[in-house]
Amino acid sequence: MATIGYRKSDAFKKRLPRFFQYLVLGIMTLIIVVPLVIMVFGALKTRGMMFLHPYTLPIPPDWQNFATVLKTSSFWNMLRNSALVMLCSTVGVLIVCSLAAFVFARIEFRGKDLAFNFLTLGLMFPITVAIMPVYLVIRQMHLVDTLLAVILVQIAFGVSGNTLILRGFFLSIPAELQDAASIDGCSAFDFFWRILLPLARPALAAVGALTMIISWNDFLTPLVLLNSDKLWTLPLGTMQFQGQYSSDMALTAAFVTLSALPAILFYLFAERQIVAGLTAGALKG
Amino acid sequence: MNIAQVRRNDFKRPVRNGSPRRTQDYVTVALFLAPAVILFVLFLVYPIFRSVYYSLFNWNGLGPATKFIGLNNFKTILTDQVFLKAMENCLIIVVFSLAVQLPLALMLAIMVGRDLPGRVFFRSVFFMPYVISEVITGIIWISMFYPDPETGFLNALLTLIPGVHPQLFLGDINQVMLCVFLVLTWKYFGLHMLLFMAGLQNIPRELEEAAMIDGANRWQSIWYVTVPLLATTLRTTTYLSVLGSLTQFNLVWIMTRGGPVNASEMMATYMYRYAFIRFQFGYGSAVALVMLVFCLLFSIAYQWLNRSPDPLSGI
Repeated sequence: MATIGYRKSDAFKKRLPRFFQYLVLGIMTLIIVVPLVIMVFGALKTRGMMFLHPYTLPIPPDWQNFATVLKTSSFWNMLRNSALVMLCSTVGVLIVCSLAAFVFARIEFRGKDLAFNFLTLGLMFPITVAIMPVYLVIRQMHLVDTLLAVILVQIAFGVSGNTLILRGFFLSIPAELQDAASIDGCSAFDFFWRILLPLARPALAAVGALTMIISWNDFLTPLVLLNSDKLWTLPLGTMQFQGQYSSDMALTAAFVTLSALPAILFYLFAERQIVAGLTAGALKG
Repeated sequence: MNIAQVRRNDFKRPVRNGSPRRTQDYVTVALFLAPAVILFVLFLVYPIFRSVYYSLFNWNGLGPATKFIGLNNFKTILTDQVFLKAMENCLIIVVFSLAVQLPLALMLAIMVGRDLPGRVFFRSVFFMPYVISEVITGIIWISMFYPDPETGFLNALLTLIPGVHPQLFLGDINQVMLCVFLVLTWKYFGLHMLLFMAGLQNIPRELEEAAMIDGANRWQSIWYVTVPLLATTLRTTTYLSVLGSLTQFNLVWIMTRGGPVNASEMMATYMYRYAFIRFQFGYGSAVALVMLVFCLLFSIAYQWLNRSPDPLSGI
């Protein structure tokens, strides 16, 4: 009897905190999800429905708003600009940072610590602090209003963090492997290209996924460096659209939903890599 | 082993004094480092030094900077009520982030713990706002905050309570900072929670169990065992949080442009307005430098405070 009584209270003790835990987590989930759901619902309503029942389920769903947005050429244009910038930035970051990280992880040379500390100084300066001086330099180079400027600046500001992350990953690959390779006559570059990079594929995926998200969402760099609307990336265009059509809330909601969609899909698809990149970066910094 | 192999063997094995013997290795080092160093110097280091120069001029960006005014820009900045307000607002965001956002993230991370059923689901949901761009976050929340209950969801909820009137939220100089902070929390607490969850994974469960066996209750074991062991993660999140708050631009610019009447002005929105809307490049450079000094001071203080070793390093 005694044991049964003990078990009962024990179970109760265990279940009550569980209930409380799920209650708090459930409320937080609602706080995160409700604004997003209201936006999607809004996008599926006609203007009249939006006016009469702003917060209800969109029944029947009206796909006209999405169709309107998808029919505008500027939406596709911005999508293309964003994708182009994102791909170039990501490839650039991967090449530039893995080369540097390889040197820091695998080659001994005089002044290595100094060079490494110098390159990681960038962690102390978020891009907001430097965007004004960067603009002046871009202007000096006559690169204002080009996508190339956005790409170069995004890569430059990715150098510090991503070199740090990749160096950590490279250090964890056993040195014996390199000994073996070099005994077989493998040069530094061959080892880097044929052995290290294939082995570090998960690390490259993590850095790549994180860079893609950061580049895709970047607002300040294109805002400062781009003028002509045919070069705008999606975040810039979304803000412009919201200003222009703020009276038509359903249409704005459709535009915002469509421009959020790629990032959310990518997140669902690559969550593991993004999380790995972030935690590796943060725990090593 | 022939000579060629021995030579190639040199490139990674540490030689006694830590320097490679052959120039070939220096070539490798230089070639591999060049792209990173060039980009870094060209777009980060050089611009910052350049802006030190421009900050001493009254310069509108047209033609060369000729009107040398010494430190006058800095004098103007540090006595401008609007900039002081911006500084205060940034500090408010810093304090609130540390006092509310981080504890909330830590609490949720501990709550989800290591093995709560559904932990991956909660992590995915809470982290989702982080991958949604600031522009989209801002636009969604602008509409949530609309003053008219017919269009603004928060006011629709509020007015369900009898006797409560719709609020202006982003249009009210007393509420705007709170609203901005709420949105920042909505967007970023998931990141901190994610980092805390990763930190928790590194703490051996036995340590908490040992404390429980020694008679500690759940709260004591969390407070005296888990939280101190998360020190490294706490430092990282504090660093990210403070630096992010000091240089906050995107969400504020999108939602309020620093208004109404400068009530939500940040140092970065102030800088942006002077540099890119009023085209006072000299003054803008000076503001950027003041921000930089803030970041630098914080980084130095942070390094200095963190000389103590990682409590988990002994395990």
